[in-house]
Amino acid sequence: MTIQATTRMVQVRTQVLKANDNDARALRQRFHDSGVYVVSLVSSPGTGKTMFLEQTLKMLRSRYRCAALVGDLATENDAKRLARAEVPIRQIITGSVCHLEALMVKDAIADWRLEDLDFLFIENVGNLVCPATYDLGEDLRLVLFSVTEGEDKPRKYPTIFNTADVAVITKVELAAAVEFDREAAFASVQAVRPGMQILEVSAKTGFGMPQWLQFLESKRAEQRVGSNS
Amino acid sequence: MHELSLAMSILDIAGEEADRRGGAVIKSIYLKMGPLSGVIKQALVSAFDLAREDSPFADSQLMVEEVPLVVMCHVCQTEKILPSLQDFCCPECGTPCGDVISGRELEIVAMEIEE
Repeated sequence: MTIQATTRMVQVRTQVLKANDNDARALRQRFHDSGVYVVSLVSSPGTGKTMFLEQTLKMLRSRYRCAALVGDLATENDAKRLARAEVPIRQIITGSVCHLEALMVKDAIADWRLEDLDFLFIENVGNLVCPATYDLGEDLRLVLFSVTEGEDKPRKYPTIFNTADVAVITKVELAAAVEFDREAAFASVQAVRPGMQILEVSAKTGFGMPQWLQFLESKRAEQRVGSNS
Repeated sequence: MHELSLAMSILDIAGEEADRRGGAVIKSIYLKMGPLSGVIKQALVSAFDLAREDSPFADSQLMVEEVPLVVMCHVCQTEKILPSLQDFCCPECGTPCGDVISGRELEIVAMEIEE
């Protein structure tokens, strides 16, 4: 006797990213419990994330305890550069993986005492596509693009702009030389993410950096008030 | 190219479901995907075809349903489908709409199993 195979549909409701989402949720809880404010940075390669982060760390370190994780496909060059800021730095080499995932962050900070930190920065792999899909448990996600990349970058990569909290325009000292159309760039951000806050900085000249730090400190203070209430 | 790692996650989830049902054969996996998921349908389907080869799901199909981007227009007081990710404005009144109701989905919603 043969048994006739029958098929039927079963309802399932499972997020494809559930493993990453669970890891990110656990990380976020751990960050909150430790009182560390966590900022991630995403951009294309060459936007100046590392330079921006190096200057940020140098300006913060006298008043805050900072550390940074830096994702890179292959080299440790970024970590070496950031080490000049004299704060704890750890490189995450992703190999062929084009983005960071929550588990990589979890493993990288496994032996760190988060209670001893005020700020933790996570520099993602230079890529405006893949990092959009992965929550890292961060409090604030920055998406950066430089004046040399063209004003329409946000419209080309709407998804990453939609998952980020704040846009940062870098290398503004070069704006005039490359005939950067500031208004068009702002319009491009607003087209894909209405109401998004935009900061303009030059890590080289220091332009906009005090405003950025002020913003960062106020976000951290807001969160501490929120978690104490 | 994060689609391969997503395809492998889909196979893991299918594996869990098959185990839970006593080793049922999974014919098809139905996925709902929004335009803000950051995933390209064709890339995911190709990645799935690759990933399933050396798995117990070599004959399983991935069925992707693309769902629209829906935002809330606070002027019209209704939900609106946006035709483009490049322009978050109400298609009727032109008001900027950043309040996303749906469009970030990347979810397995059903499976067709053989018993």
